[in-house]
Amino acid sequence: MEATVLHFFEWLWGPLWEPLWAFVKPVWPLIWTLAKIVLIMSPLLLSVAYLTFWERKIIGWMQVRIGPNRVGPWGLLQPIADGMKLFFKEVLFPTAADKKLFVLGPIMAIAPALAAWAVIPFSPGWVLTNVDAGVLYLLAISSVGVYGIIVSGWASNSKYPFFAAMRASAQMISYEISMGLALITVLMVSNSLNLTEIVGAQSKGLFAGMGAGFLSWNWLPLLPMFAVYLISGVAETNRAPFDVVEGESEIVAGHMVEYSGMAFAMFFLAEYANMILIAAMTSIFFLGGWLSPVGFLPDGFHWMAAKMAAILFFFLWIRATFPRYRYDQIMRLGWKVFIPLTLVWILGVGIWMMSPLTVWK
Amino acid sequence: MEFKTILFYVFSTVTVVAALRVITARNPVHAALFLVLAFFNVAGLWMLLQAEFLALALIMVYVGAVMVLFLFVVMMLDINIERVRAGFWSNLPLGILVGGLLAAEMAAVLTGRYFGLANLPPHDLPANHSNTKELARVLYTDYAYPLEIASVILLVAIIVAVTLTLRRRKDTKTMQASAQIAVKAKDRMRLVKMASEVEESAPAAKQGEQA
Repeated sequence: MEATVLHFFEWLWGPLWEPLWAFVKPVWPLIWTLAKIVLIMSPLLLSVAYLTFWERKIIGWMQVRIGPNRVGPWGLLQPIADGMKLFFKEVLFPTAADKKLFVLGPIMAIAPALAAWAVIPFSPGWVLTNVDAGVLYLLAISSVGVYGIIVSGWASNSKYPFFAAMRASAQMISYEISMGLALITVLMVSNSLNLTEIVGAQSKGLFAGMGAGFLSWNWLPLLPMFAVYLISGVAETNRAPFDVVEGESEIVAGHMVEYSGMAFAMFFLAEYANMILIAAMTSIFFLGGWLSPVGFLPDGFHWMAAKMAAILFFFLWIRATFPRYRYDQIMRLGWKVFIPLTLVWILGVGIWMMSPLTVWK
Repeated sequence: MEFKTILFYVFSTVTVVAALRVITARNPVHAALFLVLAFFNVAGLWMLLQAEFLALALIMVYVGAVMVLFLFVVMMLDINIERVRAGFWSNLPLGILVGGLLAAEMAAVLTGRYFGLANLPPHDLPANHSNTKELARVLYTDYAYPLEIASVILLVAIIVAVTLTLRRRKDTKTMQASAQIAVKAKDRMRLVKMASEVEESAPAAKQGEQA
């Protein structure tokens, strides 16, 4: 693809290309990487905007309402209008706030949510950096996301944000552990930390040979881990029914109480970017990424997009369905149910892999 | 100058400045956040040395878990920084001694022949070289027993930490989650079927309205 782009520029500039290339050549890798980053970021931010719209529509329909339908045809310009509104609002600083950390908080929330996309493959070769330790990178970067909430909660110098900071640090660390342990089983069966290879490992197997590839994906042999991972993902992004960090009925909006305008919008962007990230990670680890579910249809990015959309719909669906978990129940589920379950399952998968009944060769 | 060299200087400068700010920052929360920054840049340095597993484990364990809990504690305490700093000059000689000892030991390791640094393989490993895999292979084959012993010691430490802080108070009320889940609706609520009541004084009220 890089060669094609260079060829196009050569044709575009004609005889001027040679001197221009001599000037550009030293920084070309940088330009190329930045172009790829823009290519990933712009659709992502657009999806974030329309995920908020889709969420309001879905929940509206589930509650027999109409949802936003005033701005533009079918309300489609609603997220643009919301963005414009937040953009022109003033960012207020509480008097007693720690100004520097108050500004740093939203930045620390959104930076990991975007940085994690560097290793996500969308299709064979469609990846910014195809690193060998991709899973480790994802775990490391997503574990940093909690700082956004803690820093903003502390810097606001106000009671509710502080509660949110404490709840977030307890909840997100708890569910990170079960998420990481669930991923260990995936690493064991795919024998790699590379995300592209993890998807590749799911294309082999008994059912894939019979043309029913979707039965060879990790979700079926690792079904309990798939459930643990998905539920932990919901808790990790602080979405309902695990949204005690925001808990508008108890602590108003948690760490976002004192924020307004773009600073508030950045928390929003981070939350939805994280949701899409969890959807992408779940589809890569458990649902075969870009692999086609049946043998007679070709693989491709559209499958990955469809799987991500299905998981995102699941996120919205449970938000409209379940009441909020009580705080002690969240802790119990994380520490007393998920962590023992994943530990036992790791042992079980290890024994299964070594036994003659193994389905992974 | 190679791009990696520039990166090295950026990472190491930020590490040193952040580490200095950890001990000079007046606010303990700021100090803890500067420590996080230092960890990040050390991870970057390790990444430059192609030790990606160590670098990412540093971020995952220290930045993602240890420092979060540390911040959790520091945020809740009301630390009087002046009182903490009170004994600075009297403790300085001891501090210089310990710091000097650390620097001397590091110099002895890095310049000495004991670890055979000169015999290490050249650093330009192929691009597909997996540091993680190599580390795992060595840990779980050559050093399997030391690893097992270390993990047992860690497990014992976890159990000890839990038992040391576990005080069972008699007067607290706890919830039995299994009992709560096992509750059926008919245990808590009784539906009574009864005929609807008819208001008898209705005609009288009508008359009152007319009057």
